[in-house]
Amino acid sequence: MASVGECPAPVPVKDKKLLEVKLGELPSWILMRDFSPSGIFGAFQRGYYRYYNKYINVKKGSISGITMVLACYVLFSYSFSYKHLKTPAGRSWAISEGNSQEGVV
Amino acid sequence: MECVVWLPAKMLHACRKARTLPAAVLVILFPPLLIPTSKHFINNRLIIIQQWLIRLILKQTMATHNTKGQTWSLMLTSLIIFIASTNLLGLLPYSFTPTAQLSMNLAMAIPLWASTVAMGLRFKAKTTLTHLLPQGTPTPLIPMLIIIETISLFIQPLALAVRLTANITAGHLLMHLIGSSALAMLAINLPLTLITLAILTLLTILETAIALIQAYVFTLLVSLYLHDNS
Repeated sequence: MASVGECPAPVPVKDKKLLEVKLGELPSWILMRDFSPSGIFGAFQRGYYRYYNKYINVKKGSISGITMVLACYVLFSYSFSYKHLKTPAGRSWAISEGNSQEGVV
Repeated sequence: MECVVWLPAKMLHACRKARTLPAAVLVILFPPLLIPTSKHFINNRLIIIQQWLIRLILKQTMATHNTKGQTWSLMLTSLIIFIASTNLLGLLPYSFTPTAQLSMNLAMAIPLWASTVAMGLRFKAKTTLTHLLPQGTPTPLIPMLIIIETISLFIQPLALAVRLTANITAGHLLMHLIGSSALAMLAINLPLTLITLAILTLLTILETAIALIQAYVFTLLVSLYLHDNS
């Protein structure tokens, strides 16, 4: 008798979820993903609805559903303006973060 | 913002020139993600709160218009939601505010004002032209007053755009300056830093109010121009 835990037919790599893919199969799994515009849009849509249904579309949603999004937005904006913040161009009104000890205004 | 986002080569097969997308486009497209839509009768808390607010705004802004003016409800409601959400998001640290750019506000103000004037001239040409002369002006003053009223008419879109830009930009600038000075003074003089931080807190509350008020004023003025001309 076959053991109960074995599946009857092997699942193709393309259809596996990320956590079920073995490490050796990872490059082929990445290459087989759908990178067309509709594929990328579908990925964003799935991600959006996953977050929405978990944190917002619940009976007693709290403010953390929105504040997590806003916190990510702040981190995203920080990462985009990192280069501009670390090298202040012109000292007329911008002060870089590392110079507070000099007391420069 | 000088930062750009690289698009995959496949997506740009049609447009060969531009391979980059300014990050500001992503920032402008972000606020609608925070306002979900729903076809159900009973929704989650976020949608209930937002729908309640939108109904309140709709009643307030569209009550004074006639039937023809009320065809603009969707336009004005989406305008106030866009400006309010964009202004409020701009109060977060490190964020980019599209409505602080004059180009963006001119792009919003000029078409809206022009369409109210065009509507007035198309459907009620005589009334629109008579608006150029207030009632009861002395006869010798009439030519000069018509010129002045025409100039004030053409100033309207410029004033709409510059008002919003200046308010938002000035608020952000004040917050930057006071925040930087508080940071710089932290090592030198602690009590003064605490006073500055208190000022900063009050300023942030003011800025939140201004963010909402400016959205309201913009929309109110557009609806006023519409009321005159519908």
